[in-house]
Amino acid sequence: MSARTRLGDKLLHAYTWLVIVWLSSPIAVMILFGFNDKKSKSNTTWQGFTLRWYTELFDISDLTVALRNSLVIAAVSTIITVVIGTMLGLALGRHRFRGKGVTNFLVFAAISTPELVMGASLLSLFVSGNVPRDANTIIISHVLFSLSFVVVTVRARVVTLDPSLEEAARDLGATAWGTFRQVTLPSIMPGVLAGAMLSFALSIDDYVVTSFVNGSTVTFPLWIVGAVKTGIPPQVNVMGTLIFGIGVLIAIGNAVAARRRT
Amino acid sequence: MTTSAIELENVVKEYLSHGEVVQAVKGVSLDIAEGEFFSLLGPSGCGKTTTMRMIAGFEAPSKGLVKLHGQDVTNVPPNKRDVNMVFQSYALFPHMSVWDNVAFGLKQRKTPQDEIKRRVGEMLEIVDLTGREKRRPREMSGGQQQRVALARALVNRPRALLLDEPLGALDLKLRQAMQIELKRIQREVGITFVYVTHDQNEALTMSDRIAVMNDGLVEQLAGPREIYERPATAFVAGFIGTSNLLAGSATGGELKIGGGRVLVPGHEGDVRVTVRPEKITIGTEEPSNGLSAVRGTVAEVVYLGTYNSYAVSLADGADATERSEGANQTQHGNRDDRAAARGGTIITVFQQNALDAMATAERGDSVWLSWQAQHSYVIGS
Repeated sequence: MSARTRLGDKLLHAYTWLVIVWLSSPIAVMILFGFNDKKSKSNTTWQGFTLRWYTELFDISDLTVALRNSLVIAAVSTIITVVIGTMLGLALGRHRFRGKGVTNFLVFAAISTPELVMGASLLSLFVSGNVPRDANTIIISHVLFSLSFVVVTVRARVVTLDPSLEEAARDLGATAWGTFRQVTLPSIMPGVLAGAMLSFALSIDDYVVTSFVNGSTVTFPLWIVGAVKTGIPPQVNVMGTLIFGIGVLIAIGNAVAARRRT
Repeated sequence: MTTSAIELENVVKEYLSHGEVVQAVKGVSLDIAEGEFFSLLGPSGCGKTTTMRMIAGFEAPSKGLVKLHGQDVTNVPPNKRDVNMVFQSYALFPHMSVWDNVAFGLKQRKTPQDEIKRRVGEMLEIVDLTGREKRRPREMSGGQQQRVALARALVNRPRALLLDEPLGALDLKLRQAMQIELKRIQREVGITFVYVTHDQNEALTMSDRIAVMNDGLVEQLAGPREIYERPATAFVAGFIGTSNLLAGSATGGELKIGGGRVLVPGHEGDVRVTVRPEKITIGTEEPSNGLSAVRGTVAEVVYLGTYNSYAVSLADGADATERSEGANQTQHGNRDDRAAARGGTIITVFQQNALDAMATAERGDSVWLSWQAQHSYVIGS
């Protein structure tokens, strides 16, 4: 019995490591080739170590513009998404109202709609409405597909919230807004932050929907796809590494904060 | 005790439940005096919490008026009412320290910093939590959280403090300690306390007056002694403590029952009478004429430390007698049901263990039960 258990443990360990390696190998390759001292056009074979691409990070001006576009679009769409999504999540988690069932369904539908379908239909919507395609239409589209994720994370938090907390705040003289700011929002903050991170992550690497509604605006993922034919420069690896690094830092910060909270 | 702190005038609260109108509160009028410790006592679903929530402003009455110090506040939101509430769940803000929790109300009122500092400090001293200002609520015991909740409400010097079953989550020892603590704090701050509870002992221990509620109505409103000694209705008699209920037709100021008589001076015709178990003397000799006396057989003796509880089955088991419906909270509850199934009547008797001479009637003994005429009360419905 115990021998079998030990064997099972070993298998589980091996399997776990296998999954970890499998999941992280593309990231490792991305990071590694950001240090590749490549001489030829393509960046696919290892030719020696260099920090050149880090010092020349912003030397490709189109790429820099694309990255900046992506960061601005992700930031703006995240802010809009979080504001609307938090309100929706609160309403769906707390109140009963006419149309609640339909709203819940739409939230689910927005998550489950294939991106291609969403992109194509958004494009025809903008074209038929005569809306010029630019950064604004990208932001509108990103808000649309991230919104549901914020709603879901906030709603999950709201339903666990003791309603008498808000009553206590009102009872102690707080206005409706004061209650929201001082009691409700801090209580649902973990859900709001989780939704915000999801929303930012979804926006910054979206290709499919963006490719339909971008007009002449180029984002980071769009630029990379466009560069595939001519060879992706190592700067892309470096930018990817930096974005990944920031994400890891946020995740660690979140874990530390969560540990301190409990 | 001259000015009214809280007045309710014919307050009704209706809910719409599955398309039907349900009345949670069916017309309650109360007049709670300044500085009073007032309890709303009743079983769950009796409307006591709804009544309190209407005083706090969380529910609007469907009909009737709520007045605080003579001012109609029926449509005033809770943050503009000069009352504060202690919630059953305490509702402490989990993301704030003890200090910030207590200071919350004062901050909303834009109280100057130094005054906040002074008053919060004083209040934490009153509830004995000095030195724990920086703790988070979840780092504290239930009793401590309870006192934070109390301090958070009292620091605002409300005209009345509303407490919704505040001791319900505490264990028995702590609950008893907190009862005394609450009484002390109330004396110290001199604020009107309105206390909602389903625990009769709690209400009897602490209150100046008690409103016993049942099914959306006040059944009796009186001091603890009167509620206990002179229950106005069968419900009150049964809900507060243990009581025996006897019913029958009286002639000549006497009710013939159980091979004896119950004295009901001044009453004729159908009457219902309650008598408390500890007022009854149990003996083998026929008592003298001036007492109410009935005969029966000891069906069960339960030793309860400070006293013995006897279940005595009445001699005639006549259908003229019945038990109070609320009284099956007693130790004899199950046997009552069995006796009731047989059509018999069980009378519960408590006897202090100090009286060692007569303390041991045995199961199966034939006994006389007697009590003074003023210890049984003719009640209403």
